[in-house]
Amino acid sequence: MSTEAGIGVMGTKLGMMSFFEENGTVVPVTVVGFREGNIVTQVKTASTDGYDAVQVGYRRVRDKKLTKPEMGHLQKSEIIPLRHLQEFRLQSVEGFEAGQKLVFDELFKEGDLVDVSGTTIGKGFQGGIKRHNFKRGLMTHGSKSHRALGSIGAGTTPGRVYKGKKMPGRMGGTKRKIRKLKIVKIDNDLRVVMIKGAVPGKPGNLLRIAPAKIVGKNIPKN
Amino acid sequence: MFQPFASRCITTMGNSVASASQDSSAAVSDILDKEAVEDVKGQREIPDIRPGYIVQLKVEVPENKRRVSILKGIVIARRNAGLNTTFRLRRLVAGVGVENLFLLYSPNIKEIKVLDKKNVRRAKLYYLRDRMNPLKK
Repeated sequence: MSTEAGIGVMGTKLGMMSFFEENGTVVPVTVVGFREGNIVTQVKTASTDGYDAVQVGYRRVRDKKLTKPEMGHLQKSEIIPLRHLQEFRLQSVEGFEAGQKLVFDELFKEGDLVDVSGTTIGKGFQGGIKRHNFKRGLMTHGSKSHRALGSIGAGTTPGRVYKGKKMPGRMGGTKRKIRKLKIVKIDNDLRVVMIKGAVPGKPGNLLRIAPAKIVGKNIPKN
Repeated sequence: MFQPFASRCITTMGNSVASASQDSSAAVSDILDKEAVEDVKGQREIPDIRPGYIVQLKVEVPENKRRVSILKGIVIARRNAGLNTTFRLRRLVAGVGVENLFLLYSPNIKEIKVLDKKNVRRAKLYYLRDRMNPLKK
């Protein structure tokens, strides 16, 4: 498992809009809002758990929405019931304690680069053209191969289809990380941030925002 | 200043039941959009621009060392989309018809002056492209 460049937070995608910079250029931005939460629920250390990580909870729910084990875990450090728990593996977990609130504008500032990950929009069962950007065959001139895959391998040797062959199947609905997106604006009044570019999912999607991992800068070269 | 929205946050601190049930995520985007529009309107005078209006623009051109150029032409279309509202300006440059698409709330547009209001009967005046001289029709 790789470590994060720093502690991050979770957020909710709200939608996209445009943002005018001072010099008149238009920047496409995604608006990310924050529900109640982003509380450190547990600090894992190498001595107790074998690795260093900070567990963060997000989105307050009613008590009956959680199972008893989940409630018990949160009540151990007297934290409000939270729907999502995620871990950020860090180099060192000094200065973090359970119950601590993570505030976005204390962790990040405008102009910072962040990695945003979330679940992409599910596309269902899709063919090779949409799923893997295959080429289409001729639609006319007597062609019978319109949107078919084409050859999927050689003949008697090897006598099988190689594993990992790109084929039709379920597309989307997986976790994707979009790296090095710039924070354009932080609105403390509305408690939203504007991040340049698109992020996975539709409005309402859970996002995980962490500092951008740049090898040599905040991630040591092996 | 501009504060017409009572509940601007999606979080409802201290009200756990409401915060769990309330799902007004799309509304915040709309609020931000409207606020950005109001913000621009407060800074600059933006007249109501409709198709058929003959307007004079003072536009800062970033490609041309930020010089302010003056454009005069007829508005042939307007697309309403909040902060993304655009209008299409048609003018004649050395006898050649030129169309420009502008963002209405762009900071590059320094001034909009309505010179004349032509009587038009449709929303998109694309038929002017087939006319020789739209300004002197």
